[in-house]
Amino acid sequence: MQVNKNMIVNEIKEKNYEISLKEIIEIDASPNGEPIEYRDLNNMIHKSVNNNCKKIVLNNVCGQRFIGAALQGDIEIIINGIPGNDLGIFMDGPKIFVNGNCEDQVANTMNHGMIIIDGDGGDVIGLSLRGGTIYIKKDVGYRVGIHMKEYENKIPIIIVGGTTRDFLGEYMAGGIVIVLGLKFLPDGSVVENKQPICGNELGTGIHGGSIFLRTDANLEDKLGVGAKISEYGANEKAKITPFLIEYCKNFNIPIDLVYNKPFQVIKPISKRPFGGTYCSQLI
Amino acid sequence: MRWENYTSLPEAFRNQRVFDGCGISGFINIDGTRVSGEKIIDMLCILKERENGLGAGYAAYGIYPKFKDYYAFHFIFDTDAAKLKVLDYLEKYGNIIQSEPIPTNICGDIDKPPITWRVFFEPMRNKNQNSEANIVQIVMEINANINNAFVMSSGKNMGVFKGNGWSYEIANFYKIKEYKAYMWLGHSRFPTNTPGWWGGAHPFNLLNCSVVHNGEITSYGTNRRFLESFGYKCTLFTDTEVIAYLIDLLCRRHKIPTSIAAIALAPPLFNEIEKFNKKSQIIFKNIRATYRSAMLNGPFSIVVGISDPVPTMMGLSDRKKLRPLVVGISEDENTVYMSSEEASFRRLMITNNNFGLKEIWHPKSGTAVIAKFGKGLIKKGLESPLKMNNLSPMEVV
Amino acid sequence: MTIAHEIISYYKVNINREDCRKCKRCINNCSYGVFSFNGEKIVAESDKCVACQRCVVMCPEKAIHISQNESYLPPHGNYTRKIRNIIWAQSGNGGVLLSATGNDRPIRSIFDDLLLDACQVTNPSIDPLRETIETKIFFGRKPKKLEFIVESDDLNDVSLKTKIDPNFEIDMPIMIGHMSLGSISYNACKAIYQAAGELNIVAGSGEGGLYSDFYEYAPNIITEIASGRFGVDINYLNNAAGLEIKIGQGAKPGHGGHLPGEKVSSLIAQTRMIPKGSDALSPYPHHDIYSIEDLAQLIAALKEATRYKVPVGVKIAAVHNSAPIAVGIVRGGADFLTIDGFRGGTGAAPRIIRDHAGIPIELAIAAVDERLKEENLREGVTLIAGGSIRYSADLIKVIALGADVAMCALPVLIAMGCRVCQQCFRGLCSWGIATQQEYLVKRLDINIAKNRIINLFRSWNEELKEVLGAMGIDSVESLRSNRERLRYIGPNPRIADILGVKHAGE
Repeated sequence: MQVNKNMIVNEIKEKNYEISLKEIIEIDASPNGEPIEYRDLNNMIHKSVNNNCKKIVLNNVCGQRFIGAALQGDIEIIINGIPGNDLGIFMDGPKIFVNGNCEDQVANTMNHGMIIIDGDGGDVIGLSLRGGTIYIKKDVGYRVGIHMKEYENKIPIIIVGGTTRDFLGEYMAGGIVIVLGLKFLPDGSVVENKQPICGNELGTGIHGGSIFLRTDANLEDKLGVGAKISEYGANEKAKITPFLIEYCKNFNIPIDLVYNKPFQVIKPISKRPFGGTYCSQLI
Repeated sequence: MRWENYTSLPEAFRNQRVFDGCGISGFINIDGTRVSGEKIIDMLCILKERENGLGAGYAAYGIYPKFKDYYAFHFIFDTDAAKLKVLDYLEKYGNIIQSEPIPTNICGDIDKPPITWRVFFEPMRNKNQNSEANIVQIVMEINANINNAFVMSSGKNMGVFKGNGWSYEIANFYKIKEYKAYMWLGHSRFPTNTPGWWGGAHPFNLLNCSVVHNGEITSYGTNRRFLESFGYKCTLFTDTEVIAYLIDLLCRRHKIPTSIAAIALAPPLFNEIEKFNKKSQIIFKNIRATYRSAMLNGPFSIVVGISDPVPTMMGLSDRKKLRPLVVGISEDENTVYMSSEEASFRRLMITNNNFGLKEIWHPKSGTAVIAKFGKGLIKKGLESPLKMNNLSPMEVV
Repeated sequence: MTIAHEIISYYKVNINREDCRKCKRCINNCSYGVFSFNGEKIVAESDKCVACQRCVVMCPEKAIHISQNESYLPPHGNYTRKIRNIIWAQSGNGGVLLSATGNDRPIRSIFDDLLLDACQVTNPSIDPLRETIETKIFFGRKPKKLEFIVESDDLNDVSLKTKIDPNFEIDMPIMIGHMSLGSISYNACKAIYQAAGELNIVAGSGEGGLYSDFYEYAPNIITEIASGRFGVDINYLNNAAGLEIKIGQGAKPGHGGHLPGEKVSSLIAQTRMIPKGSDALSPYPHHDIYSIEDLAQLIAALKEATRYKVPVGVKIAAVHNSAPIAVGIVRGGADFLTIDGFRGGTGAAPRIIRDHAGIPIELAIAAVDERLKEENLREGVTLIAGGSIRYSADLIKVIALGADVAMCALPVLIAMGCRVCQQCFRGLCSWGIATQQEYLVKRLDINIAKNRIINLFRSWNEELKEVLGAMGIDSVESLRSNRERLRYIGPNPRIADILGVKHAGE
């Protein structure tokens, strides 16, 4: 569903946001049917930001890369079309909403901010993610959440509505990944997804953080090196509930549906999974 | 466009392998409808971040209906003398039905443009080997031993058009828009350590099999030696060459079904195989044991076009999923599209407001997507290697 | 021996008198009779010492120190000390000088001149810690191609038409070389077979037969049919993962096995069916193999005898004509072929043969691999290379040069405690490894030895994965014969040519 400026204006009016029309801009990424270069598109975005734009709508986006790269500030970008690789790379603050699928490496080394994908995600989402929130409605690819980090109360979150593939949470050092295993039918209703919720090598090399999978399948033989199935207690539930509520609101998922299946939690066996692999002895 | 290095790499670079990053695309019309190259050009050129102007190419199937029973050689020559030498050579081994230039657009004044040529050929009957083996021999001989000449493709009713330039430049040069084909492949290249040469661009072709490849094969040495023991000569300084020959060996010579050839190229891990039922374990372990030197290691996404016995398009990525591949199917399920990025499909929507895809998905690592004439999409690339019993092509589970 | 021909001992045994407690443990431990007690102090006869380090390790005060005897012979660049000693020894006893382990002449190792590739930028390396890298090998003959019966496009409806020869799986591309019960002790054999079982690799039985106690380890043992045919009965043939016809071994090309009478105890006499105390000298050729067709006949006979249930292979020493010989053997029906290089080890061999005959395995395996490839025979056979694979770097390089599996033996002994003193043929091994004397054999703890072997090969396998990962390869099958991943950095570019390896920098 295309989101255009008028819809935003209406939404703003409905919610009584204090924002002037000058702060909303619509950019066509393929004027005259010819997609423009990513450099030009990103230039336009930066110019708008410098002119105090708060909401930027991009139409006909067709594979342009690095949208939102190193962008800072209280800004929202709405993308109609398919953004190219490295969406939100090094981003530090803004919110990006994608009306459809996205390519690989979303939120690469992102520090802070929010990215919402109303579609499928690609591979390597949240590589070295340092903070912020990534919500993806449908399925994602390989190596999602690879080397996510956290420090004290700076904890990044990735929530996936559908399923993931191999190497989920590879080398995780911190942060939270939640996978729901749901499927959206064309009429908007939400049902259980019958595809496997994750692939092999789950959490391989994990040494911090946790992965929540909403499934009752046996995950033992999917575990990677250094990962173990941990207890999903009240503490864990409390930790993820606020994010699940926000996520469900975003995509119109009944929260009860989410809780009608148990979660399994994957955590590291130790902080130092490879301590025994290497030996140092005088030769 | 680079108007040099048509049929070989400069001496200084000859001993090196070329490393590529690239963009690949392809589509097939299952009912055989032939369409112009405009779509493939759109699909490929939007992937321009994946190329650096040093090579691009297209493969088109079904473009010579009038000559469909003859082998269509596509040549590049440096000199007229080389062209005459090759034509002479061909005369010895069969009949030249028609011999003509491949029409090209050259803008501006070029000192030494390449001579692009096509020959429709009928090989002599030879009681020692079949006509396909004859053609393979001819191709290997010309590429290895006749200087200043290069065979771009050697299939029936199909052709490869490639060179050293940007994807849109090559499309323009060969007038791709003017051909009509039921299956198109496209490739744009990012070679890193040579200035590129016309013959080194993709697609790589042997007989009716063409391959476009994104990635690098770390098992190249092993694969090449395996192929050499079957008589193939790897002369093109690029690892993609072994993929085309491996598929030729497995599918044409060993008559292995495409889906099983894909397993030989990207087999499941042993710890996965251990989970299969006994009968399947035997099959998969034997495929791995017998064809261990055919296994492709290293990051890759490939799209393969075959037209014999049944026109087929196959997409496959490596089993660690180190390169991207996206697949889409049209609303009427008659056309299957593959590309490195979904942007290719989006581009088609921008060009044509009525263009829509019924479904877009990412195939699993090491799992082939196969679309065949007449049968449609027989493998989506989402199956676990065995469980596909009751699936209609569009059903996920 | 007259005074004029007394050879100065190689080693000097030094005892720190301050620390020595005269506990006499050294006397008990040294099996070469170096130590004695004269009533007042420990006396050491240095010319009996072989520097096996047993006394050094066992002395509770660490009071013993073995050094090279500094008493100096007049120096000569050509008539080295070793050559002079050889001449003195031979003029003294008029015999063929024996030695053990492998070639110890300082000939340049070609492995050390080879460097490994790694991936960067254009290709990602793979992380062996977190992603799977496969090191499994199928051992046996493979078909030229596979034929399938395809009922439908569903893979569940596919069956295999091709008849497959017997193969077995090993988890690492490593084989423990043949060391017979006789050349090494019962305890050493048991530790080796148990380790092979736990690691799921194979170990060679050597040509001494397979003692019945070891039948339970048969699934991980390749039994050897050598010219002496020791212990070759139905049980021997049927209790094995594979059978290997030993035509030669790297340490002594052209020669048969040699077990000196000192090591033929009652156990050995029973297993080999020869008189106790007699030398077990295997004939030089198999006396039913005088030409290639005879070898083909023996291979066929063994396959018949085992009802075609196990792979049957051949081992040859690496000599000048290894490549055409290999082709002949493969055409003769061998399912696997072992090439043993000139540095290969042995329990006993004439020094002259051990040190001067044969060619390096690096060149041999590259030549055999190339030749088999040219004749389209390479894919069907499993190639094993040995002599000497010293550590994981050699393992990796020999695979890249063309071997499916690397065979090693001396590292296994060293893991168990061997100091490589080269006296195996005397049967006095103080570590309990290369001896049949009960009181020495029991010094070797089977469990500890087994664990040390397992540790050794596990770390080799991890190192193999580290290197494969760095090369961007996730299965060892894709390294085999992949000479692109090696570069040569030695002094002789001709060697690089013969190996089919480019020079570093190219």
